[in-house]
Amino acid sequence: MNLESFLLMRSEIGLLAIILFLLIFELFSNQKQKAAVIPLALFLLAINTLIGFLPLTEGELFGGMFKTNALLVLFKTTLSFGVLILLLQSADWLKEKIVAENKATEFIILLLSSLLGAFYMISAGDFLMFYIGLELTTLPVAALVAYETYKRKSAEAGIKYILSSALASGTSIFGISLLYATTGTLFFDAFAEVITISNLSILGFILFFSGLAFKISLAPFHFWTADVYEGAPINVASYLSVISKGAAVVILMIVLFTAFKTLMPIWEKIIYIVAIATMFVGNLFALRQQNLKRFLAYSSIAQAGFILLGLLSADQLGSATVVYFVAVYIFSNLGAFGVVQAISSASNKENIDDYEGLYRTNPYLSLLMMLALFSLAGIPPLAGFFGKFFLYAAAASKGYYVLVFIGVVNATISLYYYLLVVRAMFLRKNPDAIPYFKSKIYMKLGLLIAAAGILILGLYSPFYEYIFSISNSF
Amino acid sequence: MILGVSIYEILTLTSILFFIGVYGFITRTNLISMLISVELILNSSVVNFVVINKYLFPEVLQGVFFAVFIIAVAAAETALAIAIIINLYRLISSVEVKDTEVMKY
Repeated sequence: MNLESFLLMRSEIGLLAIILFLLIFELFSNQKQKAAVIPLALFLLAINTLIGFLPLTEGELFGGMFKTNALLVLFKTTLSFGVLILLLQSADWLKEKIVAENKATEFIILLLSSLLGAFYMISAGDFLMFYIGLELTTLPVAALVAYETYKRKSAEAGIKYILSSALASGTSIFGISLLYATTGTLFFDAFAEVITISNLSILGFILFFSGLAFKISLAPFHFWTADVYEGAPINVASYLSVISKGAAVVILMIVLFTAFKTLMPIWEKIIYIVAIATMFVGNLFALRQQNLKRFLAYSSIAQAGFILLGLLSADQLGSATVVYFVAVYIFSNLGAFGVVQAISSASNKENIDDYEGLYRTNPYLSLLMMLALFSLAGIPPLAGFFGKFFLYAAAASKGYYVLVFIGVVNATISLYYYLLVVRAMFLRKNPDAIPYFKSKIYMKLGLLIAAAGILILGLYSPFYEYIFSISNSF
Repeated sequence: MILGVSIYEILTLTSILFFIGVYGFITRTNLISMLISVELILNSSVVNFVVINKYLFPEVLQGVFFAVFIIAVAAAETALAIAIIINLYRLISSVEVKDTEVMKY
C-alpha cells in the first residue's frame, strides 16, 4: 500500500481538510471577520464537490474496511452537492441570526462532520466502519437540531432525536453482535460467504435492520420524524430529510445486496411489509397536517416507503433506480424546504393557510414550490415521475404486482395533499397574503440550482443511463 | 475465558441486560433514567462482543476492537445527550418526559 492509494479517499480527506481549516479560521479571526466564514466554506465545499467529478479507479483501503467504486463516488458527489445547496439556502439565516451569537463556524463544522460521517458510512466495507460512520452522521445532527438553544421546541426536538437515535443504534449493534456470533467475521464479503439462514441470524438481522430503519424513518420507527422536523431549524430538518436519509438508504441497499444476499427470502418479506406500512402511514398522516415542516416530514416518510420498492429487485436495475430516485428526491426536497425557509425567514409563517394567495405576491417562489411538490408527487415530465416509474419497473420485474398497485394508490393519495398546498398558493384569494419580498443572492442561487436539478434530471436521460451503466459494481 | 462459566450463561445475562434496558427506556419518565437505560443496552452489546470473540473466535480480535469503539462512541453520545438535557432544564426547569410534549401528533 503506497501513499497514492489514499487518494481513493479524496472526498473525505478534502472534507476533513476543510473542517480543520475552518476550525483554525475560527481561532484566529476577530469579531468583524467572523461573517466571512460563510462564503469561505461555500467556496471550499464547491471546490471539493467539483473534485468529485474527476474520474477515479475502484479500490479498497485498510484491508477492505473502506471501499469505493464509481457509483459510490457519484453518490458522494451528489450528497456534497446537496449540502452545497443547503448551505447556500441557509447562508442568510446564518448571517442574520447565528453570526450575532458567534456560533456560525460551529454550525458549518458540525454540518460538514455529519457529511463526512455519511461518506464513511456509504463506503463501509465492514460493520465497524459502518457503525462509526452511522454515529458520526447522527451525533453532529443531534447537536444541530438543538442549535437554537433559546427555543423550547428546538431543545425538545434535540432530546427526542438523541434519545431515540441512541436506542436505535444500541439495538442495531446488539443485532450486529448476534450476527458476529453466527459468522465470526465483521467484513461484508467474508460475512456473505459464511452466513446461513438460522434463527439467530434472523433475529440479528431484524435488530440490525431496525437501527437503519430508524435513520430512514420507516414505518414502525418513524415517530421521531415529525416532532424533530418541526422543532429543528428548517435547514437542519432539510438536512435530515435529504442527506442523512439518502446516505442511510444507500448503505441499507449495499448491505442487503452484498452481506445479506443469502438472507434474501427473509428480508424480502420484511421489506414488503415495511414498504406498505410506511407508504400508508406517511401519506395518511400527511393529510391532516397544517404545519408545512410536519407536512414535509410525513411526505418524506412516504417517499422512503417508495424507495423500498426499488430494493426488492436485488440486481443492477434495483441499485440504479434507488440511487437515481434518491438523487431526484434530494433536489426536489431541497427545493421545497428552500421555499419554506425563504418564506419563514421573511415573514415567520409556516402554516399551509398562510400560503394562501402567495402566487399573486410572490410568483417565482410559488412556481418553484409547485415544481418541487409536483416532482415529489411524480407528475411528468419532472424528475420525480421518472424516479417513481423506474422504482415501479424494478419491483414489477420481480413480479411484485400487488405492491406496485399499492404504490400507485399511494402516489394518488400523495397527489391530493401536495395539491392542497398548490391550491392554497394559486387558487385561493387572501387580502392579507404574505407580502412581496426579495430573496438575497445566496438564497436565489440555492433555489435556482434546486429547480434546475429537478428539471434537468427529468429531461436529460443520459444521467439515468450513466447510473445504470456504473451500478453493476457490487 | 472463565473456568466453569459457559458462553450460554454469559449470553443469557447480556440478553437480560438488553431487555432491561429496552424496558427501562419505555417505562421511565425521567430523561436521565432513559439515558441510563440506553447505556445498559450499549453495555450489553459490549459484553456480547468481547465474550463471543473470546469464546468462539479467539484467533482474530475483531470483536474486542468493536467493543472499544462502542465504549468511545457511547461516551460521546452520553455527553451530547446530557448537554441537550441541561439546556432543556435551563428552559423549562424540568427533566420529566411529560413536560416535553409541546409537539405532538
